[in-house]
Amino acid sequence: MAEYAILIYGDEAQFDQTPEAWAAMMDAHGAFAKAVAEAGVTITGGNALQSAGTATSIRGGSVVTDGPFVETKETLGGFYLVECRDLDQAIAIAKLCPAPAGGVEVRPIQETSVG
Amino acid sequence: MTPVEAALADAHRTEWAFVLAATVRVAGDLDLAEECAQEAYVAALQTWGDRGVPASPGAWLTTTARRKAVDRLRRDATLRRKLPLLIEPEAVTETGEPESVPDDRLRLVFTCCHPSLSPEAQVALTLRLVCGVETAEIARAFLVPEATMAARITRAKKKIAAARIPYRVPAADELTERLDPVLTAVHLLFTSGHTAPTGEELMRHDLVDRAIDLARTLVELLPREPEARGLLGLLLLTDARRATRVGADGRLRRLDEQDRSQWDQASITEGLRQTAEALTTGGAGRFTLQAAIAGVHAAAPRSADTDWPRIVRLYDALLTVWDSPVVALNRAVAVAFAHGPQVALELVDGLATDERLASYPYLPSTRAHLLSELGRVDEAAAEYRAAAVLTGNAREREFLLAAARQETEIALGAVGDVL
Repeated sequence: MAEYAILIYGDEAQFDQTPEAWAAMMDAHGAFAKAVAEAGVTITGGNALQSAGTATSIRGGSVVTDGPFVETKETLGGFYLVECRDLDQAIAIAKLCPAPAGGVEVRPIQETSVG
Repeated sequence: MTPVEAALADAHRTEWAFVLAATVRVAGDLDLAEECAQEAYVAALQTWGDRGVPASPGAWLTTTARRKAVDRLRRDATLRRKLPLLIEPEAVTETGEPESVPDDRLRLVFTCCHPSLSPEAQVALTLRLVCGVETAEIARAFLVPEATMAARITRAKKKIAAARIPYRVPAADELTERLDPVLTAVHLLFTSGHTAPTGEELMRHDLVDRAIDLARTLVELLPREPEARGLLGLLLLTDARRATRVGADGRLRRLDEQDRSQWDQASITEGLRQTAEALTTGGAGRFTLQAAIAGVHAAAPRSADTDWPRIVRLYDALLTVWDSPVVALNRAVAVAFAHGPQVALELVDGLATDERLASYPYLPSTRAHLLSELGRVDEAAAEYRAAAVLTGNAREREFLLAAARQETEIALGAVGDVL
């Protein structure tokens, strides 16, 4: 088994801020979690992030600036950590992940334990 | 070449993929498997020279390479610590018998052409691992420095291990979807050879031949996949025109200028047979439909005999499975032959705003040809020049510039007539 991060990117300008849209988004993620469980895959972590406008970056260990580290139209809005058999399964799971204003990136987690 | 060297060269061409693919299974690592397969070929030179060529050279090489891999793993602890390739155990039926084992070569092909690798990396890996072509030779074929190609291949192998791309044949329900990038990589290999994108030479026969061999192997390994057969048909029918695409003067010949008596009839016959079989076994996909179009051209004894309305209908079908502006452009060319240049020019003008065609040389060259037919020679000359700027192939550029000069001469001649 291997752990992967599913990074959710999207254009914040396209986000619908209404409570109805938020509720629909939560439902979509609830359905995603259910589908993942049915596929026999474990979600080991994850969270939604507040908007990129709330980000603060620190460069070279000292220079503090307002905003995300990389300025792009599509910003990182949240992530999941999943435990999968291989990349094929991770891709299959990632395809189910809601990302209406953009898409997702699958990255293998670096094993850091020694030995 | 001694008989042993000849046998070895033959075994390299026909058995390399088989030997490597079977060794990967034991080695659990692409680099180690490659080294052991190479060592087996070196050992063969000595052993076969001493004891004669074995009855089954492929089996001898496979056994030798696998044994070397086992030895290396036993001796070398650092190799054992390397992240092993994800190798699916052989499937076993309920009675405990191994299921009809898919050819290991297929695992290798599907790993090399995994959709998570870039198309360039897929083609390079396929040439290196499936065809056994040296990295230096691949670099020369694609006109990049050897270090660049080596880095591209190394990066792709590293991703296979780190991202855990499995060494397996996709399950039946995803096979058709996963086969598409494989066929696309083989097609890209073919087109890279058929019209070398850059450089002085129009064609690189070695790449073309490799691509046809690969397509044939895929048909052999996946006989029930119509698109693999369609691809083989397409490549054979296109390559049948090999001898006539460039004239004695080195200039590119259009389809209607080619000497059809020089087309390779054996390739055409096999290509038509494969295409017909692909059409009858499945809902026609994009390679099969392109093969069918090439087949209509191949079946016309003279250019004037071409069944253009049928070609337009095939392009209509192709557009429903493959929404590509390049296909729409080719359809417009067929419409020009079937219904005249004015209708076609309107279609091409409609495509001119498509951003995906912004740097595509065949858009201005097609417009140029249609404008020329309509007698709008000044505009035609300008479009030929625009196309010449966009192409990276020297032969094509020459052809386009010559066409531009010709249009200008016609325009000047017309002015002369008026004066």
